[in-house]
Amino acid sequence: MHFIKLRKIWYAISIAVILPGLISLMLQGLNLGIDFTGGNLLEVRFARPVPVEKVRQVVAAQGLEISRGIQKSGTSDYIIRTRHLTQDEQEKLVAALNGLGKNTMLRNESVGPTIGRELTTKAILALLIASVLMVIYITIRFEFKQGIAAIIALLHDTLVVTGIFSLFRIEVDSSFVAALLTIIGYSINDTIVIFDRIRENMLARKKGECLEDVVNASLWQTLTRSINTVLTVVFVLVALYFLGGSTIRNFVLAMLIGVVSGAYSSIFNASPLWVDFKLLEKRAKVKEARA
Amino acid sequence: MKWNKILILAVIVVIVSLATMAAVAPVWQQNPYLGKYLPLIKDAVLGLDLRGGVHVVLEAQDTPEAKVTPDKMKQLMAVIQRRVNQFGVSEPVIQQQGERRLIVELAGNIDPEKAVREIVKTAYLEFKTEDGKTVVTGADLKDAIESKDPASGQVKVDLTFNPQGARKFAEATAANVGRHIAIILDGKVLQNPVVQEAIPNGKAQITGYQSLEEAHNIAVLLRSGALPVKVEIAEKRAIGPALGADSLKKSEHAGVVGVLAILIFMVMYYRLPGLVADFALLIYALIVLAIYVGLHVTMTLPGIAAFLLSLGIAVDANVIIFERLKEELRTGKSLRSAIDAGFKRAFTAIFDSNATTLIAALVLYFLGTGPIRGFAVTLGIGIVASMFTAISVTRWLLHLVAASGLVKNAKAYGA
Repeated sequence: MHFIKLRKIWYAISIAVILPGLISLMLQGLNLGIDFTGGNLLEVRFARPVPVEKVRQVVAAQGLEISRGIQKSGTSDYIIRTRHLTQDEQEKLVAALNGLGKNTMLRNESVGPTIGRELTTKAILALLIASVLMVIYITIRFEFKQGIAAIIALLHDTLVVTGIFSLFRIEVDSSFVAALLTIIGYSINDTIVIFDRIRENMLARKKGECLEDVVNASLWQTLTRSINTVLTVVFVLVALYFLGGSTIRNFVLAMLIGVVSGAYSSIFNASPLWVDFKLLEKRAKVKEARA
Repeated sequence: MKWNKILILAVIVVIVSLATMAAVAPVWQQNPYLGKYLPLIKDAVLGLDLRGGVHVVLEAQDTPEAKVTPDKMKQLMAVIQRRVNQFGVSEPVIQQQGERRLIVELAGNIDPEKAVREIVKTAYLEFKTEDGKTVVTGADLKDAIESKDPASGQVKVDLTFNPQGARKFAEATAANVGRHIAIILDGKVLQNPVVQEAIPNGKAQITGYQSLEEAHNIAVLLRSGALPVKVEIAEKRAIGPALGADSLKKSEHAGVVGVLAILIFMVMYYRLPGLVADFALLIYALIVLAIYVGLHVTMTLPGIAAFLLSLGIAVDANVIIFERLKEELRTGKSLRSAIDAGFKRAFTAIFDSNATTLIAALVLYFLGTGPIRGFAVTLGIGIVASMFTAISVTRWLLHLVAASGLVKNAKAYGA
């Protein structure tokens, strides 16, 4: 199989995966957790099962909207999300829940609206700064065009992950930002190893050997490594997903999607894109020479 | 066969195996003795998400009476510190963030609602006359001590004013004999006694408490002083100890299972070098854990994820080396020169790929807060350590194996 000659197919697959998520992102956005929007999250475990209607009644009796939902997890665990509450309001809610039966507070998080806004801007800023710094590094160690190809590949990965999270309404919290940045790190890491091989093969390039073939050979040479590495990371993540605590499940899910996407994009997007950039440059030069 | 090399290998295998078992043993609690003597994991600083506790971000706010200044923030921190100390939690964290935020972290089995309530209480004590004039405030207070009269069972808080406060109090009581002077805490009237006579010694008493505990709480507040500025809770995260313990146990199990899967995979696929890599990875994991403990890195759930991810990066470095080694062997090189050439050619790929990941970790560290920052630290340590082990430990081990003459067939190395 010639990876580079088939590149239009790989681009099409990427677009087919990204497009639904992108539409969903534009239409319904992300299901932002209280880290970003501000609000309260209370997780309680009742000693004896309590029907969800009872919990809903108690929350409603506090005059709190239940638009953000009461979620049952496990046999008698409840996650209650509300708007940002004052200390007094929180205490009243806790007291009211105690009226339903013996319970233990597992989690009680309260985030003010300013914190949420700060976190969002900081997250976007971090993404931008990290991208710029990585392009600079790649430009120094490789070339600018490879830097751009690598950044497009990681943009692909972040879009795949955020798109899927938007599409399936999976809640996004501050650990999602950490997951995204790790995915970026991983995606770049993966791409660089392949670019390193291309760099080496370009130096040993035989006369008349076309660019597509050199890149294709490089991809084949690094393929076992790409597959084995992604497999080992997936092992760990799958173990974390099924055995890890519920609080990191979404984080691990984001990483899992991102890592698989990262492996795909470094082979099927980054390298072919670089070939396209190079061919465009060549064509422009030929045109210039003719004119 | 070179027996001295084989001996070194055997020693390494035994030491690494024992150390790993000791580090992992506490997870299953199968062997309490090993866990006791080599408590690698036990000494790690656990984040609130793993042991329960409360994380509060307090934000000071300007009011017409009190604007937020650097000086006020220092006072605020001192007052909060005094109040937190009353809880007797181990290693409380109190730090300023930015210009007007304080982060307070209390770990362990505490009632987070109560803790937060006590920490942010304003505790503004006033003595007011009938015509609404404030005669003395909490700032004039020297001490406040709760006590219980063993005979009557009456609970009270004894107040002692400083010299200046005592003078003011003496003047006010002298001028108001027969009238009320109200004791007001945070705008709430605690008591409204009639002044019987002038009180010159600077002592007053608050009574009417239901329990000694209630009196104790008030006394603590009065002793620690009023907050110098208005404070609001910008963020509060309370993790119950039940959830914390649950998360910790689950994550540890998941980590061990994930690592085992990697170790088995490496041996199945890469045979002898895979086995060498497994030992290199175990050494890597032990080094990283030791750094965490040594630098008092706080382990959080995202931190554990970062650790496992850096393990993936460490595996990647080994995979790159072995793929190169195979290629070199196929060109007909001798084992020793193939190992050297393989490492040499793998190095640029490992270096460049890790450097870019390190950039991401650095950005996260400088821009992130709380758990994200912890995540960046663990990831950064992991990347640097993985480069070290892949390039030095794996190479050294491979050379040892090659030089020992135990396995001479190049096929065992994947060629």
